[in-house]
Amino acid sequence: MTADQDWLCGAARAVETDPETIRTVFPVAGRRVGRAPLEPATDQHGLVHGTTDDAARARLIDAMSGAVDPDRLTDLLIWLYRNGGAAERRGVLRGLSALAERRPHRLTGLVVPAGVALCEDALRSNDPRLVAAAVGPFAGQYLGAHGWRHAVLKCLFLGVPTAVIARLPQRADAELARMVDGYVAERRAAGRAVPDDARALTSRQLI
Amino acid sequence: MRIFDPHIHMTSRTTDDYERMYAAGVRALVEPAFWLGQPRTGVESFLDYFDALVGWEQFRAAQFGIRHHCTLALNPKEANDPRCRPVLTELPRYLDSDGVVAIGEIGYDSMTTAEDEVFAEQLQLAVEYDLPALVHSPHRDKLAGTRRSLDVVRESGIDPGRVVIDHLNEVTVRVVADAGAWMGFSIYPDTKMDPDRMVAILKEFGTDRILVNSAADWGRSDPLTTLRTGEAMLAAGFSTAEVEQVLWSNPVTFYGEQRLILDPLPGFEAGAAGTFEGNSVLRGGVPS
Repeated sequence: MTADQDWLCGAARAVETDPETIRTVFPVAGRRVGRAPLEPATDQHGLVHGTTDDAARARLIDAMSGAVDPDRLTDLLIWLYRNGGAAERRGVLRGLSALAERRPHRLTGLVVPAGVALCEDALRSNDPRLVAAAVGPFAGQYLGAHGWRHAVLKCLFLGVPTAVIARLPQRADAELARMVDGYVAERRAAGRAVPDDARALTSRQLI
Repeated sequence: MRIFDPHIHMTSRTTDDYERMYAAGVRALVEPAFWLGQPRTGVESFLDYFDALVGWEQFRAAQFGIRHHCTLALNPKEANDPRCRPVLTELPRYLDSDGVVAIGEIGYDSMTTAEDEVFAEQLQLAVEYDLPALVHSPHRDKLAGTRRSLDVVRESGIDPGRVVIDHLNEVTVRVVADAGAWMGFSIYPDTKMDPDRMVAILKEFGTDRILVNSAADWGRSDPLTTLRTGEAMLAAGFSTAEVEQVLWSNPVTFYGEQRLILDPLPGFEAGAAGTFEGNSVLRGGVPS
C-alpha cells in the first residue's frame, strides 16, 4: 500500500469512528493523495472521470454516510460544500454521485433535496470542473427535468464533454432537442463551428 | 469619436483600462450590477457591492475623466439563492442616489420560478421609481428566454421604450425590435457579437433604439469593442452622425438626461485628482 492509500484508509477509518473528523481531513485530501486526473490519456482535466483527490473525497463521504443518520449527513454535506473551495465542492458532488451509484439506500430524508440544491449551486458557476461534477449519477437521478436540460446546455456552452452527463441517452427528450436546435442556430448565425456534442443532441438526431 | 459605454463591469477592470478607454473617447459609462463569478451568499455582500458602485467606482472613473453611472438589481442567477432574496427589500433606498440610472441587470438565467418572481418584482420597482430597466437575455435557450422576457415586460405595464433587452444576436433581435423595446448588443472578442456582425445588424435594423456595449468584465472581453464597432461602422459607410447616435446619443436617450451626469470632469486634463475617503488610485501621484 502506498503512503497515499495508507493516509486515505486511515482517514476513512477515522471518519467512520468519528464523522466530525471529515471537517478536517476533507480539505487536505489534495495535499495527501495528489490532484492528477484519473484517466489522463483520455481525460486531461479530470472532467469525465475526476481526479485522485475527487475520488479520495468521494470515499470519505462514503465512509461518513455509513456512520451518521440522514439529518446529520445532510448537515455535514452542506457544511463541507459551503465551507469548501472549488476542489472540496467538487468532492461533495462526486461523493453524492458515488452514493447514488453504490449506496442509493443512504440517500433518504433531506439528503436528496439538499444534494439537488448543491448541484444547482454548482451549475450556476462558470467553473467547468464544478459543472462536470454536478451532472454525474446523482443529478442524473434526482435533478428535475428543467434544471437538467439547462445543465446539458451549460455543458455545451462551457465545452464540458457531454460524456460527463449521467443518463443522457435516457433523459434526452424533445424539449432538450429544441433547446439544442436553438443553440446550433445561434452558432450558425454567428458563423461559428457547431461542436459534435451539440450536433448529436439536435432534433434531427432524435428522429 | 465620443463614446458612452452603456454596459461595462469596471469593478473587474484595471486603471489601465480606464486610461485606454479615455484615450479611445469614452467619457461616460454605465456599470450594471451583476454576478461576480463567485456566488454571493448573503445580503451584506450585495450591499457592499452596491456601495462600491455608487461610491468608490464613481471616484475611480472620475480620476480618469470618465463619468460613471450604475444600474442596481438582484441579478437573475443569484435570485435562485434564497439567502440573497432579501436584497429586494434593501434595493429601494439606493434608487434615488446620484449615479443610479436604471434597474438592472434583471431577467432570466435558467428561467426558474424564483427568477420569474424577482424579475417581475424589480420591473415594478422600475415603474415606481420612474427608472428604465436593463434586461439580460439568457445564454441558454436564448430565443425562448428573450420572448418570455418580453412577455414579463408587457405584463408589468412598463413602457417597452424604457426597457433594453441586452446581449442580443441575429436570432433574437427581431422579436425585440417588434416589441418596441431597445436592442442591446455586447461586442466580445470571441463570443456574443463582433463588430462586423454588429454592422450587418445596423444595416438591417437601422440605428434607432440600438445600444452597443463592451460588457467587459472578469471574463475574456475588451473595453474598446465600442470603439472597434464605431470604426467598423465608418468603414462600412455609416456617417459620423450615425456613429455618434449609436455610441453616444442612444445611451443618453435611453438612460435619460435627468439622471445622467455628463458635464466634463473639472480639471481632469490638468492631472488633478482627489481622494476617496483619503485614498487615491494614483499610487505615488499627489492628489490635488
